[in-house]
Amino acid sequence: MMTSSSFWHRLDQFARQLFPFALTIALLLVSLVPLRLPAYSSVTPSFMVMAVYFWTLYRPDLMPLSAVFVIGLLQDLLTGGILGVSPLVLLTLSVATSSQRRFLSGGLFVTVWAGFVVNAAGAAILAWLLNTLAAGALYDPRPALFQYLFTVGLYPSLGWILARAQRTVLRPA
Amino acid sequence: MKTRGSSVIRLATPVRAWAQRFALALMLCTAFGLMVVSRSDTAPVDRLRVLVVDAIAPILDLLTEPMSNVTRLIGTAHELTDLYAENERLREENQRLLQWHAAATALERENASLRQLLKVAPLPAKRYLTTRIIGDNGGAFVRTVLVSSGARDGVDKNQAAITADGLVGRVIEVGERAARVLLLTDINSRIPVVLERSRDRAVLAGDNGPLPQLVHLRPDASPMIGERVVTSGFGGLFPPGIPVGTVVRVAQDDVRVMPLVAWDKVEFLQLIEYQPTDMTGVLPESGPGER
Repeated sequence: MMTSSSFWHRLDQFARQLFPFALTIALLLVSLVPLRLPAYSSVTPSFMVMAVYFWTLYRPDLMPLSAVFVIGLLQDLLTGGILGVSPLVLLTLSVATSSQRRFLSGGLFVTVWAGFVVNAAGAAILAWLLNTLAAGALYDPRPALFQYLFTVGLYPSLGWILARAQRTVLRPA
Repeated sequence: MKTRGSSVIRLATPVRAWAQRFALALMLCTAFGLMVVSRSDTAPVDRLRVLVVDAIAPILDLLTEPMSNVTRLIGTAHELTDLYAENERLREENQRLLQWHAAATALERENASLRQLLKVAPLPAKRYLTTRIIGDNGGAFVRTVLVSSGARDGVDKNQAAITADGLVGRVIEVGERAARVLLLTDINSRIPVVLERSRDRAVLAGDNGPLPQLVHLRPDASPMIGERVVTSGFGGLFPPGIPVGTVVRVAQDDVRVMPLVAWDKVEFLQLIEYQPTDMTGVLPESGPGER
């Protein structure tokens, strides 16, 4: 903090504050890219659920509800899902996570992961319910279940990457 | 470890908390409203989707390139290991295909002359447009892919999307430079088909699972396991005779079809530009003659 009033400093600050949101959007785009793995596309892990959980836990000031809303909206628009479902799911997840924040964020990684197992389950069930409600048709719950398991299994790796990113980009601010 | 005292204090003020709660309620209501609106009136939602997809398409296009190079590299490594057996198999297959080719040419000629004899109206012309898949992975509730061609390349809504193996789906959203294809396994997909052997008509309905279901089959129809299912051309959206899949399960009220296309291997799609003339659309027996 040399010349705190300087334009560049403020721009830098702004860019850093935008970082969690921008990274999440980038993650959304990357997750759309076809990987051509057998049956992958229907069980693609919900990276948005992981990212919203992570940032709500560690930097809620940089992942406000409005950002969560926009992320959900973009996800629905890009994946072709029913519009409005992802914002509802992610907003609920964000509120639920921030209510457990004091309990979760100080603890061991295992605690954080266990918290994710529970919260992501809630998000998956809510997504299934909302889709079923909106489509008026009973969706096969199995793909949603596999997607959930995949998401939970992948959280430690993505969480580690996000933690590294947080440390390198946000710490000096 | 966080030492952001100032922001915590700021957040803790009651006005701020109240405003935040109000904003949350507003956003939840908006999301719920969007859900309801997008189910009843899809036009404005579609326009919004197209706008966003169009904006993102160049980025996805860029990201897809290296990814497909990687998968191709892995594929090449796999193939190198059993080159000899593969060669042997291909030689045999080539032999067989040459015989088929001769048979097909003869049949095509015969078909053409018979058509001429019977004065059957010619089938409308088809034009093909090859495009690359730049996005899939919609998650557990949708089966769609994004392709890198749009209205400027001649893509139109409801065009059939195929690969060399068979039908993939149909175009449902068209942007300027990108479009979305609804796969035939999606829960919203309904495709008029015909059983190749018995000529029984049906509708192939997706349910998001790997095996779409044949519905609206006549009660006395008797689909057989292994029987091929092709598009019927009814409704005029698709050309007749595009292979779709084979019947793999026949049970009471539950006939399932295995699509011919291996979804995870598809990199490029062909979109069929097809405008049936009024005459052929009306003639009831325009199905049997394909190609």
